[in-house]
Amino acid sequence: MKSFIVQAVKRILTGPPLYYAWVTLLLVLAVIGISSYIKQLEVGLIATGMTSYVSWGFYLGNFTFLVGVAAAAVLLIIPAYLYDFGPIKDIVIVGEILAISALLMCMMFVTADLGRPDRIWHLLPGLGILNLPKSLLGWDIVVLNGYLVLNLLIPGYIIYKAYNERPVNYRFLLPFILLSIPWAVSIHTVTAFIYNGLAARPFWNASILAPRFLASAFCSGPALIILLFQIVRHYTKFHVKDEALHKIAEMICIAMAINLFLLGAEFFKELYSDTHHLSPLKYLYLGMDGKGRLVPWIWTAFAFNVVAFLIFLVPFTRKRFLTLNLGCVLIIIGIWIEKGMGLIIPGFIPAPLGEVWEYAPTTLEIMVSLGIWAIGLLILTINLKIILPIETGEFTKYSSKAAGLASERA
Amino acid sequence: MRYDKSSDPDSLSGDRPYDNQGTSSNLEGKNELPDRRTFLAGVASVLGMLAVSSCSWQEFVQNNFQRMTKEEIDQTVERLKKEYREKYGKDFVVGTEGPIDNSLFGYALDIQRCIGCRRCVYACVEENNQSRDPQIQYIRVLQFKDGDMDFEHSTIYYDPQEVPQDGYYYMPVQCQHCANPPCTKVCPVRATWTEPDGIVVVDYNWCIGCRYCMAACPYMGRWFNFAEPVIPADKINPVTHYLGNRPRMKNVVEKCTFCIQRVRVGKYPACVEVCPVGARKFGNLLDPDSEISKIIRNKRVFRLKSELNTQPKFYYFFAT
Repeated sequence: MKSFIVQAVKRILTGPPLYYAWVTLLLVLAVIGISSYIKQLEVGLIATGMTSYVSWGFYLGNFTFLVGVAAAAVLLIIPAYLYDFGPIKDIVIVGEILAISALLMCMMFVTADLGRPDRIWHLLPGLGILNLPKSLLGWDIVVLNGYLVLNLLIPGYIIYKAYNERPVNYRFLLPFILLSIPWAVSIHTVTAFIYNGLAARPFWNASILAPRFLASAFCSGPALIILLFQIVRHYTKFHVKDEALHKIAEMICIAMAINLFLLGAEFFKELYSDTHHLSPLKYLYLGMDGKGRLVPWIWTAFAFNVVAFLIFLVPFTRKRFLTLNLGCVLIIIGIWIEKGMGLIIPGFIPAPLGEVWEYAPTTLEIMVSLGIWAIGLLILTINLKIILPIETGEFTKYSSKAAGLASERA
Repeated sequence: MRYDKSSDPDSLSGDRPYDNQGTSSNLEGKNELPDRRTFLAGVASVLGMLAVSSCSWQEFVQNNFQRMTKEEIDQTVERLKKEYREKYGKDFVVGTEGPIDNSLFGYALDIQRCIGCRRCVYACVEENNQSRDPQIQYIRVLQFKDGDMDFEHSTIYYDPQEVPQDGYYYMPVQCQHCANPPCTKVCPVRATWTEPDGIVVVDYNWCIGCRYCMAACPYMGRWFNFAEPVIPADKINPVTHYLGNRPRMKNVVEKCTFCIQRVRVGKYPACVEVCPVGARKFGNLLDPDSEISKIIRNKRVFRLKSELNTQPKFYYFFAT
């Protein structure tokens, strides 16, 4: 154990100049984020752009997007463990590590949004009061933490075995893997239900919300995974087959088709029935009372999603890495807008008594958010720095004593 | 650790689900673990970062009002009074009166009579110690054009020389004290609930500031202290109730409580008292002879957004 820690710390502290540059960048952003957050604690949430009209904003937008990223690991787990698809089984662990980082970012975003983080113990059952089964926010805390435990357990066990150069007992692991599949669906469903259950907000109070959440999550998460895998295989000895990436790309294509279909269904219902429920959509896509801060953003998202769908639909562009990566970037940005600000803000506009009161994040909010992203990516980087060499067999109980730094990768 | 009153033989009899957690007689010899207070005090001292929120450790470990023992409530009230005196230089009353037996409060507003003068808005601010900077007002008076009751066409920003203006009518909106409130069920920590007399209240010291209740309210009945509330010392109302108009802190939610500090001692809410045209009526829904019961029985009444099934105890009516 001791030699593991020593070796792991050595591995974290050593690397090529690019690694140092990357970690330094993340650390700087993290420090800026934390100091901005301290400022927010001092003055209150007035430091953000939120008001009693638009009482949730950028933080919860990022939170919602990242829950989707975390849930998307299931798209690797199903082919890997259930269908025993070799190329993905070899790499599924990276998806699970991404899920852990995304979950931790989710928790940081919710905490940043809380007015009284000093009272967070009120949420602990026993000590405080977790309002179950009534509060969907209570349920979300349960499912997110449960998913975090599952995602620590499954890869943790696999890595422990790999480090000790022992075979993995999949019969032990299978129940947890099976459980993690519906659980992944549940985290995004419950997150959707947080918004979905509010009759006061017609924009969210539509049954299509949870299915759309899942469809869009299964676009953005895997798109992030495709990019991550390419970075990983470029900089480490961890092998990722093209086949695996193309399989994921196919799944994105299906998910995006469903996402766009559901969007169309939503548009039809609102436009044709033409009731006041249309107002938030009108605000989002056209603007209202001369106010329309989100209009350029949502059309960008729409265009990106459609273009990305076409890229993923045509085999020629889907199988070329230049266009594939372009598609991934478009999807990530598109869904980040759509499931972030594009989802949260119109829920509040117009307000329940009809006012159109706009929202824009303040610089402080953006700094805090960047800080959280930086901390999340730092967690991801450090985890991968230790786990990938274990997976490739460079860093094991036996090698770590002898090899030392010689096994360090370029 | 037990918080369930029903399974607690030592539980105090009273209106609220008190528990005896923290009283020495209950814990001695039964529990070798450190009790919640000691444990949390330890946590509090470790987490020095909490100093940023400038709260004392007593405030930090303070329990939910519904779970406090009589003794804990008294201690908390004493602490709050001291705190408020230091801050505002006045002696405060921090009432903890429970509901009056056999009472369920309801409200009715005559929109034919309302002249849109907003005196209720300001009386409410003064009575209930809302922050003057940033401004919080519980009552919002909507102006509608005659012949239209569409919220999206209404405005609160009307400013003529004289009200009422020809061709317009007015509809004040505040917390509707729903019998089926969407706001209380979403709260992840039960910091807000309906009292037995029907008043929807917030425990400002238990609220974690997630603002889920604000998203859930279809009436804009809830307001958030985005910054430390500022109230000039000469404007502060020192006669308060724990669940009502006592001074709030930053980053918590607050709302109309039908002036709980007044109605539980037999007075009318400030908005009812100040209304120059008598458009506002308040009383006990359980008493068939009360004015409110008679109005609901005999007048043409409606409730806002009744399609949402929130079942407000706040009625609008036409007197003639």
